[in-house]
Amino acid sequence: MYVAVKGGERAILNSHKLVAEERRGDPAVPELGLAQITEQFRLAVDRVMNEGSVYDPELAALALKQAQGDSIEAIFLLRAYRTTLPRIAVSRPIETAEMAVRRRVSAAYKDMPGGQVLGPTYDYTHRLLDFALAAEGETVPEAEQAASPLPETMLPVLDILSHEGLIEEEVADREGEPVFDVTRDPMSFPAGRDQRLQNLARGDEGFVLGLAYSTTRGYGGSHPFVGELRMGEVSVEIVPEELGFPIDIGDITVTECQMINQFKGSAEKPPQFTRGYGLSFGHCERKAMAMSLVDRALRCKELGEDALYPAQDDEFVLSHTDNVEAVGFVTHFKLPHYVDFQAELELVRKMRAEQARVEPQEAAE
Amino acid sequence: MTGDYNFAYLDEQTKRMIRRTLLKALAIPGYQVPFGGREMPLAYGWGTGGIQVTASVIGPRDVLKVIDQGADDTTNAVSIRRFFERVADVATTEKTTDATIIQTRHRVPEANLVEGQILVYQVPQPEPLRRLEPRETETRKMHAYGEYGLMQVKLYEDIAQFGHIATTYDYPVIVNGRYLTAPSPIPKFDNPKMQDNPAIQLFGAGREKRIYAIPPYTTVKSLDFDDHPFTVQRWDGACALCGATDSYLDEVVLDDRGKRMFVCSDTDYCGQRRAAGHVGEQPDMDDALEPEAR
Repeated sequence: MYVAVKGGERAILNSHKLVAEERRGDPAVPELGLAQITEQFRLAVDRVMNEGSVYDPELAALALKQAQGDSIEAIFLLRAYRTTLPRIAVSRPIETAEMAVRRRVSAAYKDMPGGQVLGPTYDYTHRLLDFALAAEGETVPEAEQAASPLPETMLPVLDILSHEGLIEEEVADREGEPVFDVTRDPMSFPAGRDQRLQNLARGDEGFVLGLAYSTTRGYGGSHPFVGELRMGEVSVEIVPEELGFPIDIGDITVTECQMINQFKGSAEKPPQFTRGYGLSFGHCERKAMAMSLVDRALRCKELGEDALYPAQDDEFVLSHTDNVEAVGFVTHFKLPHYVDFQAELELVRKMRAEQARVEPQEAAE
Repeated sequence: MTGDYNFAYLDEQTKRMIRRTLLKALAIPGYQVPFGGREMPLAYGWGTGGIQVTASVIGPRDVLKVIDQGADDTTNAVSIRRFFERVADVATTEKTTDATIIQTRHRVPEANLVEGQILVYQVPQPEPLRRLEPRETETRKMHAYGEYGLMQVKLYEDIAQFGHIATTYDYPVIVNGRYLTAPSPIPKFDNPKMQDNPAIQLFGAGREKRIYAIPPYTTVKSLDFDDHPFTVQRWDGACALCGATDSYLDEVVLDDRGKRMFVCSDTDYCGQRRAAGHVGEQPDMDDALEPEAR
């Protein structure tokens, strides 16, 4: 039988075996453990948790192992698993002002209460391949401890501006009000900010980064300052109905970016700075920064600015951020389409035949 | 293996949500109902909408048939059938007449469906106007006002340019005299089968998170003009395997010198005919292939 169409079942089973073989690689090389991945590929794990929308380093590590390190495939695995999980409770809003800060920088002020905390960052490393790492058994240098611990509460830098009224007020506390849930509800337009932020938080890092980039080089007129970027641990609290008071269910690592943007003012509003907000699970600064820029760009309608560029168009942006959707649809074109192709073939032949009939007549005229 | 996952994979709350959506869709034929589509363990664009619909309507006593391009043995049909064998442990079949639920991509089976059967379509793009108007906010208004002039103009422009309508699949239809609806990328050859069909026709678009439906015995009219009536594809030849002249034919390339044959796209239909003694010009496809092409 012609192989292109027949024999699907056996081929599928065999391809699963081939994938398993490729994943394992040379059996003489020791197999990766999940602990190795969570400990040594932390940033890859963070990205998978973020876009996979599940905070669970071990599951993310398993997904990465299963996907041979392909982050988008791992994100897909985690999302598909997530579907089967019950929703037990909705947490209270996390309080990033009370974060156990490991890193906190501001580009807007040289110094502020709590100070700049550089923390672990690649920013000032020189991107030189470190051949010493190729030889295993590295001895890890120990970072020096500060003389005193950081304050327990570090006020957000943007609060300094807001005391002067120079930056727009943050939206009032809306705890208890219904929040859009991008994992349960289909998108609807125009999108509220809750829907936008959730969508961007789980959106593809590369796509959101590219959009953010576009707003800063002509396709969006954005003039951003990083008001504050902070990373560390926050506790998550839920209020079980039968208790009626909050209980702490554990800590998560998050990265938060508060971006300051210029705003020239409108008929209703005096000139002031405006906010763009980014938040990610784990240590994902690139993502949090990009998210905050796109968030601000998408607020154009609310601020009375003209929406002229792709990053300002909520239907365009929010419909295309999800890499699980994007990958599925783009790759589905490798599925058989021969019924439709046959229909198009028929049409092209018909149109060519008609043209061939018409043209000789024209030549004779 | 139904132990580690719920029956038919989805949890019962999700199924209930999808069933409510299906009821609404059946009550407003052809209207796209938004639903909280879930991530499935198969990729978006590969049938997740159809799978969620099937998972929500299937019961332990159902008999499932899955086809892609009309065939039961194409890889994606095999993969989806295996998924339901695994998570729902249901009986499966390749016979159209034996199935209670048929999930399909790109075809409507040739055999007439009967009352009690459910045809589940996989839909990549539920919005028939999307290629003409990319914005959901606009297309929803157009549906609300029944304002479908844009599509008529598109078809008219085809006629003005080519002398005939140049849409061959996903050919737009009006369901129940009201909603412009995408039949999913079935060839327009299959459009007439949607009209007054005794079976329930359900459409699931997972990535776009829309469900719509055509209840049994509903009017489904393909758009056309009085002086350019709707027509379907016809072939000069017949199926080389079973001799059918009334089925949709796939073209199979036999060598690199342009030799080709046509065979039924619906493998069950073709098989049933051959079992009943119908024979085409080249009943053994292996003989038709060049030795090196096998």
